[in-house]
Amino acid sequence: MKSNQASAHPWMANALPDIKQAMLQEIGAKSIAELFEQIPADHRLKKPLKLPRQLKSEAELKRHLVGTLSRNGTCEQYLNFLGAGCWQHHVPAVVDEIVGRTEFLTPVWGSPQSDHGRNQAWFEYASQMGELLNMEVVQLPVYSWGCAVGHAIRMAARLTGRRQVLLPRLIDPERLSVIRNYCEPAEMARHIEVVPVGYDKKSGGIDLADLKAKISSETAAVYFESPGYLGQIEPAGAQIAKIARAHGAETIVGADPISLGVLKPPADYGADIAVGPTQPLGVHMHCGGGVGGYMASRDEEDYVHQYNGFLVSITDTARPGEYGFSLSCAHQTSYGMREEGRDWTGNSVYLWAIANAVYMSLMGPQGFREVGELILQQAHYAARALARIKGVRVVFREGFFKEFVVNFDRTGKRVARINKALQKRGIFGGKDISKEFPELGQSALYCVTETHTTDDIDRLVAAVKEVVGK
Amino acid sequence: MPAPRQRIGLIVNPIAGMGGRVGLKGTDGVDVLGRARELRAEPVAPARALRALRRLEPAAAAIELITPRGVMGGDVARQASIEATLLDGPSEDATSAADTREAARALRARGVGLVVFAGGDGTACDIVDMLGDAVPMLGIPSGVKMHSAVFATSPEAAGQLAAMVASDRQGKVRTREAEVMDIDEDGVREGRLSARLHGYGRVPYERHLVQNAKAGGIAEDAALDAVCREIAEEMQPGVVYVVGPGSTTQRILAALGLDGSLLGVDAVLDGRLVGRDLTDREVAKAVRGRPARIVVTVIGGQGFVFGRGNQQIGPGVIRAVGRDNIVIVATQEKLLSLDGGRLLVDTGDRALDEELEGYVRVRTGPNRSVMMRIAA
Amino acid sequence: MTGKNELRRFHAAVWDEPLVMQMGHPGRRGQVFPAADPAVRKAVGPARGLIPRGMARRNAPALPELTEPEVQRHYLHLSQETLGMMGISLFGTCTMKYNARVSEAVAMRPELAEVHPYQPEETLQGVLELLHGFDLILRALSGMDQFVFQAGGGADAAYTHCCVTRAYHQARGELEQRDEIITSIQAHPCNAATAAAAGFKVITLQLEENGYPSTEALKAAVSDRTAALLINNPDDMGIYNPDIKDWVRIVHDVGGVCFYDHANFNGVMGKLRARELGFDACMYMLHKTFGAPKGGGGPAVGAYGCSKALAPFLPGPVVVEEDGVYRLDDDRPHSTGKVREFWGNVPQVIKAYAWARCMGADGINEASDLSVLANNYMDKKLAQIKGLARSNPDVKAWRMEMTRWGLGPLKEDTGVGTVEVANRMADFGVDPFWMSHEPWVVPEPFTPEAGEMYSKDDLDYWIAVIARIVEEAYDDAARVKAAPEAQPIHQINGAPLEDPAKWAMTWRAYRRKNGAGAG
Repeated sequence: MKSNQASAHPWMANALPDIKQAMLQEIGAKSIAELFEQIPADHRLKKPLKLPRQLKSEAELKRHLVGTLSRNGTCEQYLNFLGAGCWQHHVPAVVDEIVGRTEFLTPVWGSPQSDHGRNQAWFEYASQMGELLNMEVVQLPVYSWGCAVGHAIRMAARLTGRRQVLLPRLIDPERLSVIRNYCEPAEMARHIEVVPVGYDKKSGGIDLADLKAKISSETAAVYFESPGYLGQIEPAGAQIAKIARAHGAETIVGADPISLGVLKPPADYGADIAVGPTQPLGVHMHCGGGVGGYMASRDEEDYVHQYNGFLVSITDTARPGEYGFSLSCAHQTSYGMREEGRDWTGNSVYLWAIANAVYMSLMGPQGFREVGELILQQAHYAARALARIKGVRVVFREGFFKEFVVNFDRTGKRVARINKALQKRGIFGGKDISKEFPELGQSALYCVTETHTTDDIDRLVAAVKEVVGK
Repeated sequence: MPAPRQRIGLIVNPIAGMGGRVGLKGTDGVDVLGRARELRAEPVAPARALRALRRLEPAAAAIELITPRGVMGGDVARQASIEATLLDGPSEDATSAADTREAARALRARGVGLVVFAGGDGTACDIVDMLGDAVPMLGIPSGVKMHSAVFATSPEAAGQLAAMVASDRQGKVRTREAEVMDIDEDGVREGRLSARLHGYGRVPYERHLVQNAKAGGIAEDAALDAVCREIAEEMQPGVVYVVGPGSTTQRILAALGLDGSLLGVDAVLDGRLVGRDLTDREVAKAVRGRPARIVVTVIGGQGFVFGRGNQQIGPGVIRAVGRDNIVIVATQEKLLSLDGGRLLVDTGDRALDEELEGYVRVRTGPNRSVMMRIAA
Repeated sequence: MTGKNELRRFHAAVWDEPLVMQMGHPGRRGQVFPAADPAVRKAVGPARGLIPRGMARRNAPALPELTEPEVQRHYLHLSQETLGMMGISLFGTCTMKYNARVSEAVAMRPELAEVHPYQPEETLQGVLELLHGFDLILRALSGMDQFVFQAGGGADAAYTHCCVTRAYHQARGELEQRDEIITSIQAHPCNAATAAAAGFKVITLQLEENGYPSTEALKAAVSDRTAALLINNPDDMGIYNPDIKDWVRIVHDVGGVCFYDHANFNGVMGKLRARELGFDACMYMLHKTFGAPKGGGGPAVGAYGCSKALAPFLPGPVVVEEDGVYRLDDDRPHSTGKVREFWGNVPQVIKAYAWARCMGADGINEASDLSVLANNYMDKKLAQIKGLARSNPDVKAWRMEMTRWGLGPLKEDTGVGTVEVANRMADFGVDPFWMSHEPWVVPEPFTPEAGEMYSKDDLDYWIAVIARIVEEAYDDAARVKAAPEAQPIHQINGAPLEDPAKWAMTWRAYRRKNGAGAG
């Protein structure tokens, strides 16, 4: 098959000789080449541009894309237990329809009037997140959970004038790497020191003694997660927040929003700023390209003036009784701040904010409760069944939400090998974390969600039993 | 219920600008005015005020225009078909500075939200003396000398801005500080320019409505505070800092807990004020034999760094301290609004002016600076 | 849109759509989930018992309760109350393009949508092949040696560059010394903002009369403290800096690295290569130039590419190919670390790949030709409208793919400025234009960018809309100031947006501030 080189390109209306000629004539230029007079000759391409063959035909292009992508395995073909920052949750079909609407998908921005519907959807994202979180200020999402933590730490540094953050040692290394960039290398004048705090061996939560030993009047913020990277719900959230407050530090809490139908929202145990992932709320995994990060706080001027991105406020219009929406505090930067502005902003994942809004509207309070309960029960069922296999141990036996750590030390087998064998049986085993936390031995982080059935879990357990038994 | 009408004051200095056309450098003083009349100078300010009022007219329903009867505003308002509340005006058409001051005082007493005036630097000085920073002012450019930063770019622009103030229900219009300069006309007429920073007024400006966060933007006031703190922290022991006049550089002294002079030149050494409101000789003495730096700001509008309002920092001192040891601080907004987009120097020493030419860093915010060209 | 200069009638959908928070009925459901199997319940007991003490939620969140079709209809209404490029959008600096539906269809297939980034590499070969293929396409366009897609937008790519710059100077032991980044006032504000957020001091160059900063200013700015130069070319005025090679040399001479922000690539694509001009790194916005959708502000991708010398410092993972097998190389000891989790907004990269394949080298060249032709065509026609002023009027050369215009004269004559005109545009079914980045260096600015998608008739129509609004401004300024008339809502009141007593970023805040009965 070869594209018809002579035919006009389907995406370019003026790619016809007569139109080009008419336009040139209108402006009084002889050729298109003449229009590039500003670019000096020695700035032009040194060698001609060579790209793969043009696929002008949609039929041909689709064939090529689908053909190549068919080399992927998917979490629909495989039974998937990978999570760790990107999770397989159910995405309602209505969500996909709405985010596929061209009015939402294609444009940038117009005016508050012309883009009223989109702005309202954004406000509904923030409003529903506000209900889940019990917080009154919710910013439109930033790039990811890690980025949200990074911005929140910088907010805290500006609020307190301090340059140190305490965070759990058992944090996702991927997320930590992002956070470290936000905190800047030690050579930079405004570097924020990142200090890890140990964990309680039983609960997997923060080691309070270690926290007390490390916190000081230098500490800008204490950051912790519930559920954390390894799935554990923090049992001492209120105590941590109290300790932080006593030292004049901000409390930043990371929480998975899909857990908030059953778990206490961070504000209720003392969080000043709440952050977390948005991908669980109606966004596909997209090879990790579905992630986003929420940020929320109380409605206090000091906090509001520290946000880096979009705050969408409701307002009235020239017509009585009518609502409109627009950006609030869009000009803020260093207002009321110390020696720095509020980071930066730009394109983020605002289409996903609409997905999140639709998802939350579909779920309602009961949907969130049901999904939370189902996940809790199935995850614990899976953990307990796996723990019954000889040589297999669940590291933190209780107090987790959808993820848990499975240790294989006593099977004498490495996680990599077990996962390879599971893959042959059509299963993606949990993420291998043996290199991330050597003290946890040969361990994998398993994730169970509402997309799994009891049969799926039983199939996993049988497969693991077979693999480790060999 | 209709919103209450916004009170806007108008002062026309009918003789402002008359000297310019006939080669006089301003009309301050009765003798000079007489000379201008002899030369058959035509009034400039009333016509310019009328141009501004034509732009204000569509908003007339939203405002109550208050102005002195007769040549100081009432006549122009009538020509523009704007119904105005009239104050007692001067009895004769030869108005004096006292008339301008009296009108400004009366307008302030009437609770106006803005005083629009047609005149030059002299008029601005008289008005700011009465208004201080309590009532915003806006100049319709009409004078011979307009070194102050309170003037709109054209009479029409002044009118549009005043109309916007009148109809603003959404906080689109804010005010900011602007320098009012006092030029000694005798000096100008004798071929030397002697400018003094007379004080600060407040002028309205229209905020750009941010279309979205693509645009960004900076809170200028906070940025200025922060950079002034930064400069204060950077001060080195054993170095004399000659701090020029103005509210910007005052913030540096404030950050050090020092009470400097707003309109004068001060000197700081090791965190202490070692000289306040110094003369040029005193400045020279303060830096003699010591490492020194000069900290100055930019006069809004024309963009002078030296030679307007800070002549106390003389050419000898500037040369001794050296170009690399001059710290210039100003907001980015001020730099962007300069006529011609460059800085000016007029140290009184032509050779030094030329040495100062070229690009310099202007500190605009914490960790932020802008490269600006100095022209002599 | 067709038709000559007659403007069509238009009125946006008005649904008076309530807030979702005000809708529904207690007990209604949009999604239901099964109860856990009896076997599960038997094994683990009730869910509440699995939550650590004190950590269970007490009060259910006050979310709306709606049926599935109610939710669907609500959000369809909201989509209809969004103009969203249903007419013509010449939103400058954002390079409005057709976002191919075939790419959307492919991206929603499970082979992309239902793929986990930690899957074994042998189950990722399809997507890695396309990512690598696109890396090669961008290398061909830029002359760079390696691209990564982790940055979630153009600003994030600028941030990535600042991070790479840090790592590069750190490795040479010069980071402490090199704490300054130079940019221009017309470079995107993100360049200055990300540089500052990465811990650098920012030095800004002003534009001169010819439309770009002077080389002398750059020379005065560089020193052994210079870490990097971040610059666009052409910038938003549509003016190309012909001295850019000297600029790169000047910065290299003092040991800095040069980043080409290719936000305005559309006018030069296929015409020049960043690396051949000497740049060490560059950035493309896939959601702009490369035909991936913008989504009203992401998910987006700032594709960041650099030279061999900078490549070791890139955030990982990097896709590599060996004998037809693709893998994710994350073993990069000198890497700056991540700027965002995972490998980037993968579906957007695949859409950009699809765009580049459908265009091919010829199509890409033709697109930059058409963009520049269309912009100069618009310049010619806009110049005939009263009240408009072209930036840098002394620059007589043909402009690149966009030109900064101003409505200063119109504002002075009528009081109608760029905000009012933008509001009114929507009444003709045309998306409001982009004004300008801050700071405004042209009074009452607007910045149209025609691009290659829209027809000559579309451009004529857009210009006719501007001409009509200007005419209205001269005839009846009050009407334009009160616009819009034909939108889902009337002009919003901006005052509460910055008033702490009135702003409300959530419905719960609004209700607290206005009484629980509000709404």
